[in-house]
Amino acid sequence: MQGSWDVLARAALLGCACFSILITAMIIGILAYETARFFGEVSVVDFLTGLEWNPLLGEEKHFGIWPLIAGTLLVTLVAAIFALPIGLVTAIFLSEYAPARLRSVLKPVLEVLAGIPTVVYGFFAVIVITPSLQWLGRLVSGEAIFGPYSAAAAGIAVGIMILPIVTSLSEDAIRAVPRGLRDGAYALGSTRFDASAKVVVPAALSGIMASYLLAITRAVGETMIVALAAGGLAQLTVLPWEQVQTMTAYMVQIFLGDAPATGVEFKSSFAVAGVLFLMTFLLTFAGYRILARFREEYD
Amino acid sequence: MNRPSDRQVDFRELVERGEPRKISRRVGIDRGFSVMCLAITMIAVIALLTLLGSILINGVPGLSWSFITNYTSRDPGKAGILAPLAGSIWISAICAVVALPVGVATALYLEEFAARNRFTDLLRLNISNLAGVPSIVYGILGLTLFVRMFGIAGTTQDPAFEIGGETFAMYYDVTGEPLRVPVENRSVTPTLETGTIAFMQRVLDGPDGELIFTDEWEPIPLTIVADAADAPMVSGVIPAAEAGLPVDYEIEKPWYYVQFPFGQTVLAGGLTLMLVVLPIVIISSQEAIRSVPRSLRSGSYAMGATKLQTVTRVTLPASIPMIMTGAILAMSRAIGEAAPILVLGVALFITDVPQTLMDPFTVMPMQIYNWSARFQPEFRALAASGIIVLLFVLLAFNAVAVTIRQKFSRPQQ
Repeated sequence: MQGSWDVLARAALLGCACFSILITAMIIGILAYETARFFGEVSVVDFLTGLEWNPLLGEEKHFGIWPLIAGTLLVTLVAAIFALPIGLVTAIFLSEYAPARLRSVLKPVLEVLAGIPTVVYGFFAVIVITPSLQWLGRLVSGEAIFGPYSAAAAGIAVGIMILPIVTSLSEDAIRAVPRGLRDGAYALGSTRFDASAKVVVPAALSGIMASYLLAITRAVGETMIVALAAGGLAQLTVLPWEQVQTMTAYMVQIFLGDAPATGVEFKSSFAVAGVLFLMTFLLTFAGYRILARFREEYD
Repeated sequence: MNRPSDRQVDFRELVERGEPRKISRRVGIDRGFSVMCLAITMIAVIALLTLLGSILINGVPGLSWSFITNYTSRDPGKAGILAPLAGSIWISAICAVVALPVGVATALYLEEFAARNRFTDLLRLNISNLAGVPSIVYGILGLTLFVRMFGIAGTTQDPAFEIGGETFAMYYDVTGEPLRVPVENRSVTPTLETGTIAFMQRVLDGPDGELIFTDEWEPIPLTIVADAADAPMVSGVIPAAEAGLPVDYEIEKPWYYVQFPFGQTVLAGGLTLMLVVLPIVIISSQEAIRSVPRSLRSGSYAMGATKLQTVTRVTLPASIPMIMTGAILAMSRAIGEAAPILVLGVALFITDVPQTLMDPFTVMPMQIYNWSARFQPEFRALAASGIIVLLFVLLAFNAVAVTIRQKFSRPQQ
């Protein structure tokens, strides 16, 4: 009797566990199906090699994905330049330097930052970061180089958003470095800086890299901030004060009803989602592979 | 001992080369680095303070009780956040009801039941990957799976299956009053004759002369007249020319009313958010279950308990506080998500609190996005006020989580 309940419970739990696989399968299935339908109307080669993306405006529609990818990468780059070094230094400080009392203040600050909805960061970008950059731009160049939308404003907001992710995951990695390695370094006469920079951080490097990759994944997939602050013009540019459209921002534009639900523009958003899914999937996968290897080192 | 010369280092030469650096210099670098670390760490604090400050400065003046109890409006002075607030509470509740059991069950399977083999490795990897999928992609899954149901069950406007609703055909009589005639479903055109019983909404006169529309519908026999021109101007009279096709169909929804496909309804929204937070719930539940000491399980087995008994009476009760904490944090993630809801195509202008699972809805982050995206400062101030309400709800969620964590922090002792 007990045995049959056990079997039943195990089957029910297995069913729930398989639901997560079903979710992945459905995401891939839907994106593949809709992307295939889109490629029935627009050629794959044009989509993957085209340098122009203007499905909504103009006489001739162009579906070249690169401006959207470039926009996404530019925003992600700004966010990474902001968050990755600051995040690492903050993690080192929290783990190696900060006295317990300061730590007990800083940890909640980071937790609150991590818990703030992304649309709030979007609002912050619009109301504080963009005007600050406009002011700074005028101060430096004497001209109004920053418009109401820019890759930099969105990137900085995304950077603040991913900062707690970098910090907490890097700090976990740094704390996982065995005490003995630090003791060894101190026994050899290291200062805390020597121990951190030459022993602890190199030992935790794979964990730090994994935290970087996971944070970048979040930046690539971030939607509401870029929809509010990055603009709506898909263009190939490396200038952070230009407005750009990211893959997610394009999807927002389409799903908010700028295009009829049967048109080729609507279908194109599924193809864009497919590319986005593929990118984040590879990044997460790489991140967890590095993390898995790093765990084995000290276990 | 026999090769001391090999190991001997010429320290003089090393010192001349600058290795090792002078102690005082290394200590100086350490001090400098320490100060730099502190300064850089403060960037996070400054960012948070600026963020909260800018929101409070812009949002506090617009906060009032009427902001909470008003529906949204094109007039920023009258706009409120009631519908999105109610919508957010609805869908996070649905999300919790579904995500929590499924997530905990998955975690239990992985931690307590599953053998370590290729299949469970795939499961684990899959869950990690799902946690990294952008939420807007889950919106696409929700749109196809819940809102449209792959298009196999009719369209959102004309669903193939309905359970529990009463359908009415709508007509206007000569006075312009709407009348309802009960019908089987939306594809039926009723035949109206003189004497057919229709239902008319009871309208009361308000104190300031305005009309109050009640939920009561009174039966009224219809009179069909050939020509509208010489018809008496009384309720219940419908010209023959307008007695053909109904103006619209309305559905009276009891709480258990369900239509397939779900359409842009509360249920579809809640289930879509469930997809978003499920990996988070699973991962935090796994950590909770893993934190239960081995000895508790061993003790249970030693008493002759089966695996299921051990799980339900020892492991699960011991890990419940941590599971709940994780679940609440997952819910606060859900309540702040705008992207997946946006993809579902929910209407932005909702002036009703959802009453059933099949009612349209919007959520606070969507409304905040909508207000922030406008250039007029009045609407941006509204966005800031909305953010304060949203953050207040999140604060309440987290307060509950902290309380649970503290109350049950040491259940084993």
